[in-house]
Amino acid sequence: MAPSFFGGVHPRGYKELTCEAPILPLHPKTVSISMSQHIGRPCTPLVKVGDQVTVGQKIGDGEGLCVPVHASVSGKVVAVEARPTPAGTDGMCVVIENDMQDTLCPEIQKRESVASLTAEELTAILREAGITGMGGAGFPTNVKISSGMGKVNTVIVNGAECEPYITSDDRLMRESPERIAGGIRIIQKILQPERTALGIEKNKSKAIAAMRAALPEDMELLELRVRYPQGAEKQLIQTVTGRQVPPGGLPAAVGCAVFNVATCAAIYDAVYDGMPLVRRAVTVTGKAIARPSNFLAPIGTLYSDLVEAAGGFSEEPYKVLCGGPMMGIAQHTLACGTIKGNNALTCLSQADNHEVETPHCIRCGKCLDACPMHLMPLQMHRAQQKEDLITLEKLHVTDCIECGCCAYTCPAGIHLVQSFRTAKKMLRDAQAKEKAKEAVK
Amino acid sequence: MNIEATNLTVSSSPHAHGKNTTAVIMRDVCIALLPALIAAIYFFGWRALTLTLVSVAGCVFFEWGFRKLMKKDCTVTDWSAVVTGMLIAFVCPVSLPYWTILLADLFAIVLVKQLFGGIGMNIVNPALAARAFLFSWPSLMSGQWVRPGTNISIFSPSLDGLTTATPLEALAASTVKPLPAESLLDLFLGKIGGSLGEVSAAALLLGGVYLLVRKVISPRIPLAYLGTVAILAFLFPRGIEGGTWMLYQLLSGGLMLGAIFMATDYATSPVTHLGQIVYGVGCGVLTILFRYFGTYVEGVTYAILIMNCCVGFFDKLGVPKRFGLVKQKKGGAEK
Repeated sequence: MAPSFFGGVHPRGYKELTCEAPILPLHPKTVSISMSQHIGRPCTPLVKVGDQVTVGQKIGDGEGLCVPVHASVSGKVVAVEARPTPAGTDGMCVVIENDMQDTLCPEIQKRESVASLTAEELTAILREAGITGMGGAGFPTNVKISSGMGKVNTVIVNGAECEPYITSDDRLMRESPERIAGGIRIIQKILQPERTALGIEKNKSKAIAAMRAALPEDMELLELRVRYPQGAEKQLIQTVTGRQVPPGGLPAAVGCAVFNVATCAAIYDAVYDGMPLVRRAVTVTGKAIARPSNFLAPIGTLYSDLVEAAGGFSEEPYKVLCGGPMMGIAQHTLACGTIKGNNALTCLSQADNHEVETPHCIRCGKCLDACPMHLMPLQMHRAQQKEDLITLEKLHVTDCIECGCCAYTCPAGIHLVQSFRTAKKMLRDAQAKEKAKEAVK
Repeated sequence: MNIEATNLTVSSSPHAHGKNTTAVIMRDVCIALLPALIAAIYFFGWRALTLTLVSVAGCVFFEWGFRKLMKKDCTVTDWSAVVTGMLIAFVCPVSLPYWTILLADLFAIVLVKQLFGGIGMNIVNPALAARAFLFSWPSLMSGQWVRPGTNISIFSPSLDGLTTATPLEALAASTVKPLPAESLLDLFLGKIGGSLGEVSAAALLLGGVYLLVRKVISPRIPLAYLGTVAILAFLFPRGIEGGTWMLYQLLSGGLMLGAIFMATDYATSPVTHLGQIVYGVGCGVLTILFRYFGTYVEGVTYAILIMNCCVGFFDKLGVPKRFGLVKQKKGGAEK
């Protein structure tokens, strides 16, 4: 049997809602572009209210672990202020009124001689193009690549898309396989891996066929078992190579680097067309959406515009999620703009409400069998309830990747992931306290 | 077009949930117990049903009443009290007076389950603890086994001339009598004297298969338990050849009900895979020891109750290996 990961669950996919919906271009009237779209330091706005901006113009940048953000539409800056962001808090945003002209930034030019570019030049291009991981976490891609240089012997491209409902990667693989393949080629050029493999869950046969036709011979295509969280970084590495990323370690520690297919396409656009990351495929879906669709939405497209473009709500939405139902972030408002790692807007209906008022653990142990990180969720939950930090540490609660398999499978309906997020925070706070104490000494 | 979203719920992920709930699982256990109940009605008459219904009603009532009295959330909708009610009836003789079974229900639900915190928190299996409690009335609990095929009265059962010994009692006395009168087929089908729901191994196995198919239980505990009893009985037969002795041991007494439905009780069994196997083996060893050397012929009750108390220890066995601490395969970073 092919190597795989332990545990996992098999939630219903609901991919049929949108998997045949082509990615349609969207032209929103305004965009609200967050200055904090990646892991690391937020950008400082480079524009002020009243400025005219063009598509691809840099509107925010910063020092350190930071990549710039760019205007995704052309038009006038109408606000530079704190606005709601998908993370749930308000954050600095640049709001642009779209003049519908799509005027390109004059600096954006196609490159003729890509072959002659060095690895350093290429990573610099990726940074300037503002490319981050588009699968969700949003780690700056140039940092991932440059920190992996010399360590990575296996490049894994993630086309698993194991989250229910979402089809933006599936559609991208079907519609632009050559851009993805071109992007992978650039990563190969920089990292010089011995092995390059693209993993796609078996159920996406059309995406598999399209990618198979586009991939050159030196890139493997692996048809993966349909099981959530197949596309989680650590689990994908385990499936493809049999290696396990050590606790607290990065994929480079086991010689791997993982890139989402959408990131690969963005890399292609940045290097060949000089186009920064200003738009992405977003699946707008869920039982509460009238016409579930896929859109090529400029970064910063308001959720309300996405919902409107998808025909509005067919019934009162219960939850609106940035992302899918397993790991997505529940939104309190539709005033947020999309961000680079925002692959979907999932609108659940009341029928998806599985809330249990006072859940009681029955010790069935199903969470143990579902945890792909080999943890013991029921014990961790008990320790968290007792605020027993020593036991929490012993049970390695910090290894939890918050995939949600335990809570999904829990017959009692306990909010296990929430419990572990709280536990992690309790440990962080305790450590900070310890440090502060030491500093006083 | 409606794009209003004024009443959104915000909570931590995941926002999807599987179909399994506690109520679904407990209802599955009830369904799995039905074949044995039907067998009991067939062999002992309608009193098997009325006794079970009274016991279920008692458990549900006590669970509801206690939670209400303690101002706690109502948990009767999770069906666990129904399971306990059925299991208590199943481990009693069909002739047991109704008041006695209601007393057992009260003991199981309030003392064993609720005082420890309710569902999932009890240390020992409520039904088996209730049975151990009922042994305070030995004349009611044993020695008066209704002969299968006698349709006894739903009310005031008179047992004159209708009683029999259980095969297990006969086996215990096997220095005198080499074998019980009943054939292995009778034991398998349940045409024997014994507790209401324990007699038919076939019906219990059918229920066990249902639980396995529905993934309510894993085969680890039942197989470890039954396997241990089988091996020990085969190795140490008494009076007769090992194979037959082993089958009599497997099919008699409360072993099938215990191994499939009692030892697998979530709250009182380990959660780790290795822990479950060791626990199953422990149940098997204790059962044989009680049956061979105990004064009371049925070993299953006390075997499981004792092992219940050790679950905290077994859960420390076979803790999953931390992700990422394996010896890395070729091609690590140092290459």
